[in-house]
Amino acid sequence: MNDLAFAVELTITGVLIGLLYSMIALGFVLIFKASSVFNFAQGAMTLFSALTLVGLIPLVGFWLALVGAVLIMCVVALVAERVAFRPLIGSSPLVIFMATIGLAYILEGFAQMVWGTQPHGLKLGLPVDPLKLGSIFISKSDLISAGVAGVLVALLIVFFQYTKIGLGLRAIANDQIAAQSVGIDLRKVWAIAWILAGFVALVAGMLWGSRIGVHFAMSLIALKALPVLIIGGIESIPGAIVGGIIVGVAEALGEGFIGPYVGGGVQDVMAYLVALIFLLIRPYGIFGQAAIERV
Amino acid sequence: MHIMKKCLAAVLTVLAGAVVPAPSFAQSANEIFYPMLVTRTGPFASAASGVSSGQQDYFALLNAKGGIKGIKIRWEECEFEYKTPRALECYERYRGQWKIVYPNSTPAIFSLADRLNQDKVLGINVAGGRSDSSDGETFPYLSPVMLNFWAQAASTIRYIAQREGGEDKLKGKKIAFIHIDNAYGRQPFPIFDALAAKYGFEWKSWPLAWPALEQSAAWVDIARRFRADWAVQWNYGQSCSVPFTEMTRVGFPIEKFVGTLWCGSEEDIAPAGDLAKGYVSANFHGVGQDFPVIKEILDVVYKSGKGNMEKDRIGTVAYNRGVINGIIIAEAMRHAVEKFGMPLTGEKVRDGFRMIKLDKARLKELGAEGLMPELAFSPTYHGGVDGQLYQQWDGKKWKTISDWVAPYEDVVWNEIKKSAKAYREEVQQKK
Repeated sequence: MNDLAFAVELTITGVLIGLLYSMIALGFVLIFKASSVFNFAQGAMTLFSALTLVGLIPLVGFWLALVGAVLIMCVVALVAERVAFRPLIGSSPLVIFMATIGLAYILEGFAQMVWGTQPHGLKLGLPVDPLKLGSIFISKSDLISAGVAGVLVALLIVFFQYTKIGLGLRAIANDQIAAQSVGIDLRKVWAIAWILAGFVALVAGMLWGSRIGVHFAMSLIALKALPVLIIGGIESIPGAIVGGIIVGVAEALGEGFIGPYVGGGVQDVMAYLVALIFLLIRPYGIFGQAAIERV
Repeated sequence: MHIMKKCLAAVLTVLAGAVVPAPSFAQSANEIFYPMLVTRTGPFASAASGVSSGQQDYFALLNAKGGIKGIKIRWEECEFEYKTPRALECYERYRGQWKIVYPNSTPAIFSLADRLNQDKVLGINVAGGRSDSSDGETFPYLSPVMLNFWAQAASTIRYIAQREGGEDKLKGKKIAFIHIDNAYGRQPFPIFDALAAKYGFEWKSWPLAWPALEQSAAWVDIARRFRADWAVQWNYGQSCSVPFTEMTRVGFPIEKFVGTLWCGSEEDIAPAGDLAKGYVSANFHGVGQDFPVIKEILDVVYKSGKGNMEKDRIGTVAYNRGVINGIIIAEAMRHAVEKFGMPLTGEKVRDGFRMIKLDKARLKELGAEGLMPELAFSPTYHGGVDGQLYQQWDGKKWKTISDWVAPYEDVVWNEIKKSAKAYREEVQQKK
């Protein structure tokens, strides 16, 4: 395989993996849009939702399990909003961020308590054999996953641009007090944002679960969302997609072409290296809004 | 409101104090207090929890049968989640109480080495740890017990050679080595170098940063650019199950893929489902419940409701590995009690460990015949230069498909001597 074909295959692999990173990053974006807070619990929500799904499948079958998992994630989101976050309305973002850390620990512990620590497979019936285009191999299941990610993003964009609640979310992210003063119900909008984040976590958990299995380590994948958000801009849905693709491609090409010169293992470093470059040249990300504050 | 909050905080503090027990170090004359480092949470818990529970179930069986010369083992867990800083914290918490330390973590044993030496407590890591600690003279308080990493690596190459039809067929072959990039994953390097020079194969490493769940680029490289003839994985925990999906995506044949014995438990491949069918990994012991000691655990420990794990995991690779560890630790304690008497200390147990001779007769007595290989240690030999078995996953269970495949002992011993000498010189220089 020549270097060009290798680079093309790595780039395609990177784009497809990057879209999966975007799925996780989307959950962070949703909460940030509603509360200007980085939701540290998004990874734990992904783990919890996927574990719930695979835990229910043997009991009630896939489709009922999926419905059950959606409902349970709604309950988790509502309880989290009601018990942990509603009392913190008006608190500084740092306080709310600390609460999300607490929620992450609770969800991880609770998930292990209910569903155990054993790993599970999650088969979605996606084709496993590669698509062969000349000398290039492309994963069919990754293509489908990328398609799912694309549809979800399109739906979210429509939701934020054209629905009343979506506009409410954007208004609250911009200025909580001003939004409330024009009659936007902060509690209702927050609850919807958390439900949406829970739903996105479930979809991300399914796609990642079918790829790497469903197990505790899944929550660590969420860490990849950080460079994605730095690059794309934390409050931007298209930013999550573009950031994810940049991270995926940088990782794949870095591992393939820089790795051999430094002993390999640069995949994870690449994501943060690119994020660092963006922090230096465009600290609010490609699609992020520059915040101007009086100091 | 503030008073209410303070009252609530005080009540919670009192409740927490009542619910969370403080470590109870006191050791009476008729019990051996054994602090345990365990990993029951986090990404490595799936198999590691089985190892800890197997060990505890064996101690529970021993206690039910009267203990060691009437002395019972009382264990207490310290959860460290396979995180080295937490392992050190646990060690400090129980410092002075350790008789023998088994973290089931190579990075942890490396970090604990100096303290163990200072405290005269033996640190063991069965089929892991420092490979050169097979040399008991240089490393009086460390032991790999069985199958150090160099022996594992050498046996793996011999197994590949057997599959190819002999060592002469290795010439020109390409072997990809995909591994976690830590003290555990890097240990096979010198053995691969030595054997590559001897037999003319080419090998290349693909290190993965912890937790090693994203391996796609590495597998594209292995299968499509490097075009490996064989791939060997040296992952741990859930990173063991990731290659199966990736290999399928890039068209790498599963029959040319061999896993370390730490990627050979049921938990390691469950997420991969049918994709793992045909996968071969190394092992060093029997799998299943068909061994007298396992049956006895089921009869005595579980029937009385004193089991330490879900019953359906009994007989898995990880669980049986834990029972074997329990046998070895209990044997070391037994020798120490018989020879030196109570109370036990780290030094006494270390000397007891060096007296272990698990021959056929003793294994039969313990109900472990066929479960584990014969073992014998001495002050100069702390174990580790042994062969491996190879097992294949048929989609539902492991099936042993080989006899014991010995390592290239000369190559392994050469490396042990070289490394031990370098270590002694380093220590000398520091003095």
